Amino acid sequence: MSEHEYTPKSKVGKWFNDRLPLLTLANHLTDYPTPKNLNYWWTFGGILTFCLITQIVTGLVLAMHYIAHADMAFQSVEHIMRDVNYGWLIRYIHANGASMFFLAVYIHIFRSLFYGSYKSPREVIWIIGIIIYLLMMAAAFLGYVLPWGQMSFWGATVITNLFSAIPLVGEGIVTWLWGGYSVDNPTLTRFFTLHYLIPFLILGLVVLHIWALHVPGNNNPIGIDIKKPSKDTVPFHPYIVIKDGFALLMFMIVFAFFVFYTPNILGHADNYIEANPLVTPAHIVPEWYLLPFYAILRSVPDKLLGVIAMLSAILILAALPWLDTSKIRSAVFRPLYKQFYWILVADVLILGYVGAMPAEGLYLLIARIATAYYFLHFLVVLPVLGFKERTTPVPLSITEPILGGSPNLAAVKKKDSFKDQ
Amino acid sequence: MKNFFRISFLIASFFGFQFNSNAAEKVEYLKTDWSFKGPFGKFDRAALQRGYQVYQEVCSSCHSMKYLSYRNLMEEGGPEFSVEQAKAIAASFEVKDGPNADGEMFMRPGRLSDKFVMPYENEKAAQAANGGAYPPDMTVLVKARGGGVDYIYSLLQGYEDPPAGVTLDDGVYYNKYMYGNKIKMSNQLSDGLVEYSDGTNASVEQMAKDVTTFLMWTAEPHLETRHKMGFKAIVYLIILTVLVYFSMKRIWSRIETKV
Repeated sequence: MSEHEYTPKSKVGKWFNDRLPLLTLANHLTDYPTPKNLNYWWTFGGILTFCLITQIVTGLVLAMHYIAHADMAFQSVEHIMRDVNYGWLIRYIHANGASMFFLAVYIHIFRSLFYGSYKSPREVIWIIGIIIYLLMMAAAFLGYVLPWGQMSFWGATVITNLFSAIPLVGEGIVTWLWGGYSVDNPTLTRFFTLHYLIPFLILGLVVLHIWALHVPGNNNPIGIDIKKPSKDTVPFHPYIVIKDGFALLMFMIVFAFFVFYTPNILGHADNYIEANPLVTPAHIVPEWYLLPFYAILRSVPDKLLGVIAMLSAILILAALPWLDTSKIRSAVFRPLYKQFYWILVADVLILGYVGAMPAEGLYLLIARIATAYYFLHFLVVLPVLGFKERTTPVPLSITEPILGGSPNLAAVKKKDSFKDQ
Repeated sequence: MKNFFRISFLIASFFGFQFNSNAAEKVEYLKTDWSFKGPFGKFDRAALQRGYQVYQEVCSSCHSMKYLSYRNLMEEGGPEFSVEQAKAIAASFEVKDGPNADGEMFMRPGRLSDKFVMPYENEKAAQAANGGAYPPDMTVLVKARGGGVDYIYSLLQGYEDPPAGVTLDDGVYYNKYMYGNKIKMSNQLSDGLVEYSDGTNASVEQMAKDVTTFLMWTAEPHLETRHKMGFKAIVYLIILTVLVYFSMKRIWSRIETKV
C-alpha cells in the first residue's frame, strides 16, 4: 500500500471521497508500485480477469436464451446457434473461453511455481488462488453438462458417481446430488443454478486475491523483497497497464483464432448428440483441462482411494508454502529446483496425455508412475531441496546488478528469460 | 519478445497434445476438396442445392432434420434458393397443424416458418421401421462424428462385401469406415440415383460430396459469416496489437528498463 495520503482536487471529489473513499482506491490502483522487471509471464493475471469478465458477459446472454430442461436444453442450444442473432458467436466465445481461461490459469499457476510467488508473505494470495481454481473446475464441469449432449450426461454421471465412494453415506449423497435416482431434469436445473452462481463467487474471490496481493505487492522474477516505491518500481499506470494490454491483445488473437476458425476442436464430437441415458459413449473423457486429474483418479485401482488421490493432488497445492522449505523464492537462483520444476511440468503434461487415453496397458503404467512422481515432487523433493540445495547468490535490488557488482549480472539482465541463466 | 515465442510454443504444444489424443483410433478417410475449409472457405451454392436434392430424395425418408426450417433454405450463406423456390419446397410438404376451432388436428401445406417435416411420428416408430436402429437426426450430424465431413463422405462410399470370417446378421451391412464396421443402413447411393437439374453427372462420389456439403451447412449455417467476421476481427486485433506495442515501447522508454 502506498503510504501517502490522497486528497481529491475538486470540492465534489473531496466531499464524496470523505464519505466513500473510491477515489483513494482508484489512486491507489493507478499509483500501485510494481516491480519494473516483471516479465510477460506476469501478464496472465490481467488476462485471467479478462477471461472471467468475458465468461460472465457471454454467459448472461446465453442464459437469456437457454432453457434448463432435460427435454429442451439441447434444442435451445441449437436455437442459440441458429436463430439468436450472433448466438453462434456468443456461444463459441463462451465454450472456447473456458479453455482459454484454463490455459491462462495454468500458465499463471506455473509462473507462481517457478518464481516462488506462493511463499511468505504471499501464502494467503496463493490459497485464495487455489480456491478460485477449484471453483473454476466446478463451474467448467457444471457448464459442460448444460448443453445436455452425450458427454454432458455421461460426464455428469461419472463425476457425481465419485461421491458414492464415500463409505456409508456415499449412495445417499449421490441421490441427493442428482435430485433423483439418476442424472435427470432435477440434476440439470440445479447444475444450471450453480453454474450461474459460481462465477460471481469467483469474482468476489478475485477481489480478495487482488486485495491480498496489494498488501505485500507483487513478487518479481528475481524474487527479492523490494522497497516500494523506489527505483525498483514503476507506477501501475501507465507502465503495467499498457504492458498487460499488449499481452492481452496477443492472447485475444489466439482466442479469436479458436472461436472463428476451429470452434469445436477442443470439444468432443459426442456432445452434439443429444443425451441418451440408454446409450453409453465408447469413451467418456472430460475436457482437456481436467485430464491430468482424471488420469490420477484412474491410476488408483480403488475407487475411494482414487477420489482421495485426485482431491489431494489439488489440495496439496494449498500446503505448498509450507512444503517448500527453501527461503529463496525465484528458481533463477535455485539450479536444482529449476530442473525439478521442468520435470514437474513434463509430468503434468504426461498425466494430461494419458488421461485422454484408455486406462489400460502401458497408458495405465505411465499414469501410475506420473501420479507417484507428482506427489513425490511436492512431498519429498520440495521439502528436502530446501535444505540440500546450494543456491546462487541473490542480488540486493533490481537495479543493483545493472549498476554492476552482482555475480549474477547475466541472469538478472535477461530479466524476461529464465531458461538460460 | 522472446517470451512470446515461448508462450506461443507452449500453447501450440499444449493443443498439439490435445489433437493427438483426440485422433486415437483413426482410419484413413477418403479425401476431397471442401470449398468451406480454411479461413476463407465458403459453401459452393450449387453443391448445397444439389445436396439438398440428395437429402430430400434419398436420406429424408428415414433421417429427420429437426432443427432446420424451410426458411433457412433461402437465407444468406446457405443454398440460397429464391423465396419462390423455398416457398414451393415448403408447400410440397403436408404439415400437421391445429387444433382448429373444432378441436381437430388438420393437415395443411408447409410454410417457410415450418420446421422440416419429420419422417416418423416418434423415435419408436423410426426404430420399428428400421430394424431397431434409430436413424440419427442429420442437422448436426457432421459435428457429432469425430471424423466430421470426411467421415460422412467416406461412409457413404464405404460399403463393401464383408471380409472372410465376418458374418453379418440380417439387416446389417459391412462398411469399412463405420465404427466396428457394422452398420444397419444399407448402401443408399448408386450412380444416377438422382437426376440433377443442373445437369451434373450424379455419380456416387458426386452425390456423397454434395450431400455432405449440405450437411456441413445444416450443422454450421453461419459458417460463412463466421469466417468473414473472423478475418476482420483478427486483422483488427493484429493492427491494434502493433499500435499498442509501439505505444508501450514509447512509454517504457521513459525509464531505463527494457520491456
